[in-house]
Amino acid sequence: MTARTRELFGLLPVSLLVAAGFAAVLSTHTTDVSNATLTYGAFFLGLCVLAHLFIRARLPEADPYMFPLAAGLAGIGLVLIYRIDPELAREQAQWFVVGLAFFCVTILLVEDHHVLERYRYTIAAVSIGLLVLPRLPGIGAQVNGAFLGIKVGPIQFQPAEFAKLGIIVFLASYLRETGDILVRPRLRPLPYQRQLILWGIPAVLTLLGIAVLGLGPAGSVLLGVFLFSFAAVIRDRPSPKHFGPLLLVWGLAMLMLIVIRDLGSSLMFFGGFLGLLWVATARLSLIGVGSTMFFGGAFYLSQHLAHVKERVDIWLDPFARGVVNDEGYQLAQSLFAQADGGLFGQGFGQALLELPGGGTILPAAHTDLIYAVLTDEAGLFGAAGLIGVYLLLVYRGLRTALSAADGFSKLLATGLTTVLAIQVFVIVGGVTRVIPLTGVTLPFVSYGGSSIVANMVLLALLLIVSDHARADAQRRGGLV
Amino acid sequence: MNRQIVQLFGLFTFLFAILIIFTSRWTVFEASSLTNNPDNRRPLIEEQKIPRGQIFADDGHTVLASNRGHGRGENRTYTRTYPKGGLFAHPIGFSYLKNGQRGLEASRNEDLVGKENEFATILSGLESRDREGNDIVTNLDLKGTEAAVNGLAGRKGAVVAIEPSTGKVRVMVSIPEYDPNLITSQIGQLNNDRANQPLLNRTTQELYPPGSTFKVVTATAALDSGKITPNTTINASSPKTISGVPLENAGGEQFGDISATDALTNSVNTYWAQVGERIGRDTLVEYMRRYGFYEDPQLDYPSWQMIPSGVINGKGKYVDDGFDVGRVAIGQGGLEGEVRAAPMQMAEVVAAVANGGRLMKPRLTDRIVHKDGRVKERIEPDLQSVVMKPETADQLGQMMSRVVEEGTGTAAALSGITVAGKTGTAEVGANREFTQPWFICFAPVENPRLAVAVTVERTQGQGGTVAAPIAKSVLEAMLGGGGG
Repeated sequence: MTARTRELFGLLPVSLLVAAGFAAVLSTHTTDVSNATLTYGAFFLGLCVLAHLFIRARLPEADPYMFPLAAGLAGIGLVLIYRIDPELAREQAQWFVVGLAFFCVTILLVEDHHVLERYRYTIAAVSIGLLVLPRLPGIGAQVNGAFLGIKVGPIQFQPAEFAKLGIIVFLASYLRETGDILVRPRLRPLPYQRQLILWGIPAVLTLLGIAVLGLGPAGSVLLGVFLFSFAAVIRDRPSPKHFGPLLLVWGLAMLMLIVIRDLGSSLMFFGGFLGLLWVATARLSLIGVGSTMFFGGAFYLSQHLAHVKERVDIWLDPFARGVVNDEGYQLAQSLFAQADGGLFGQGFGQALLELPGGGTILPAAHTDLIYAVLTDEAGLFGAAGLIGVYLLLVYRGLRTALSAADGFSKLLATGLTTVLAIQVFVIVGGVTRVIPLTGVTLPFVSYGGSSIVANMVLLALLLIVSDHARADAQRRGGLV
Repeated sequence: MNRQIVQLFGLFTFLFAILIIFTSRWTVFEASSLTNNPDNRRPLIEEQKIPRGQIFADDGHTVLASNRGHGRGENRTYTRTYPKGGLFAHPIGFSYLKNGQRGLEASRNEDLVGKENEFATILSGLESRDREGNDIVTNLDLKGTEAAVNGLAGRKGAVVAIEPSTGKVRVMVSIPEYDPNLITSQIGQLNNDRANQPLLNRTTQELYPPGSTFKVVTATAALDSGKITPNTTINASSPKTISGVPLENAGGEQFGDISATDALTNSVNTYWAQVGERIGRDTLVEYMRRYGFYEDPQLDYPSWQMIPSGVINGKGKYVDDGFDVGRVAIGQGGLEGEVRAAPMQMAEVVAAVANGGRLMKPRLTDRIVHKDGRVKERIEPDLQSVVMKPETADQLGQMMSRVVEEGTGTAAALSGITVAGKTGTAEVGANREFTQPWFICFAPVENPRLAVAVTVERTQGQGGTVAAPIAKSVLEAMLGGGGG
């Protein structure tokens, strides 16, 4: 069976799932099931088959599983959004069509992803510009204290969703070039005395920091890891001039915290960067320095930016008196909704979403808290299933990176997959109180035009890399 | 590079596993504590969709709480109505999404919403999705309640009537009352009414100095422990020095060597204070505990709407030692400890005497009934403690009937029915300018069917003239005045 036929068969269960989901929701809300369900299922299947035919024509060798997985996620999202508000689902379906259009346009325009390397500085500049847009007067829109959206006339979109793609393209290209020369490992180990000095200094400084600054356990670990990692980086004789752009990325992440005030987006960008840095250099010391600088900076800023501090306080205790019905309401309700779900959930269409007498009990159920709605309706098993689908998608994305022949392709596929995985972790982790809740979307599932369009472009790029990698491998006669 | 990519996949698998672990934390491991979180309104909202069981008076058909439906289909919700208005406000309480629950509506919530165990829920979930609450038949008597409310006639106070042999609470009246139908609009106003505290159930949530009615507890301890008999004579001149401070009889009245029966009939302070010193603190506290002092009443009522009676010191702490036992024995006390009792507690005291010394657990509920009429659960009489020997109870009953025949409680005498009782009049207020009149009694003496405790808050007058007539009208209404 060819890859494309496998893809086509993969779409069948997805369509059945969507039809079954709509049937469940409709049956609890109306008595008329049959026609509407079939219409929705057939419409969805039709769209996916069209996209499949397009992939068949343009990217015949691309990975056969990624598109059905993403379509499945979008289908689950449509069912959930329909259940929350049919009108929003109609809009989301339109955005899904727009997303598919962007998907096809991307594949048409970017015949070979290596052309992106040529425009990397342009892409980086445009991405940074996009990030700052929401703070510009007149078009910026503040949601829950974060500046994530812009509004031009009737169209509203979240530029961060697109900026993440551009920044990953830039980083992949930059690290492909400089990854090897960022650090140059010593050929023979340092003499004994030099080693003593090298490791002694951070040890002394750490102890000094704990004693003088009176750091708590978290702060001490942060400082210790930072200093030892820094010493390890120095041992590897780094080339300072190549570190400029890396410091710039860190500064950018911090700036995002200050400018758009969203911890989640910042974590997503910087996490993607660290993932790429790790793959490009294989230096744990770099990751140590980078992550401690990020957490240190984030901690410092969280103490000084009221909006970020509030998010952290809510995360630490959402049930505190005076918090639970005020700023902590959203997170507390998210946890209450999940508790209602239990192991198997209440069934599609049966979770409690509206207060008697109007109003919603789950704020932003269709965007931030869509995972909580799923857990309420499909239970722990349904939620674990969704995470499983994401893990499969991440697996296929990293498989693409593994099979790619050149460094840029590997780094691009890794970066795109990483940023997707971290986005899932940031929003689901926020909803389940692993980390502070922030306003990023659940890829493919959450309501939101920018989100679905940007993620369809991300998927298109992954498929392009995959098509090249697998075509190359076949030409070389290797296993696929 | 490839090795790092594989490691990255390992990291993501780990991160996603954390997500699943946290999801299971909320959906399974901490689900019940989240569901029970008082800030979680989901259970209450869900319960709005269930037609809550009705609550009936003891006759089984007088409706005390019912439902009004709103909306259609799956959006149909129910709100509570209370046909008898404020008459049963304190025992029944209320249940509203906005205002929470009180009274029997709170303590019997699980029955009223038809909550089954986990397994039964799964089974019924397979059968049908419609859940129905169970009805509750209470022990509350309409005529007795009306008589108590009319007797108090708007004065702040409390009336409790218990069937001694079973512990059935027949009357629970606390004035002022409130209209539970109007709670949603009036709760703020009711909460802020500090002067009248209409939401306070004075039968279980308020403690008063019991005055001379507490002599029944002292007499129980003294008779049952063999320290005195009904005929033991003690010199009861006034004043007598008790704990180094002179104590006077009411109005400074002088008594010579009198018997225990006479001392109870005339409520002689100096006699019972000396008895208190004879039996000592430990024995008195032991008998108080048997009567249920120092703990919440074992009533099917929300624990946060009940407080224990007992000896309480100037700092508001319950004490079982170090107090002036002579003054506590006559229902008073000092800074080291003053006896305080809820009307429900004094009703339990007199009910135990009436039931041959056996205190039955008080209860508002008689039975829980399925919507189709089948009895789901009948609350059987349950012994709380054996307070005293049957002989002691007999002796006490005889002594207390003298109180009504010829002593301070003649205002409670009924024609054709023998009544045994004890009056009490505590002085309250900063300058002792108010009285707290009490009357506790049971009837008929030969075969007790009802035990009653009555108190009126911060008023003027004696227990025998203010409280006893109220008790009498309750007895008349429920035992039928003339022939029983």
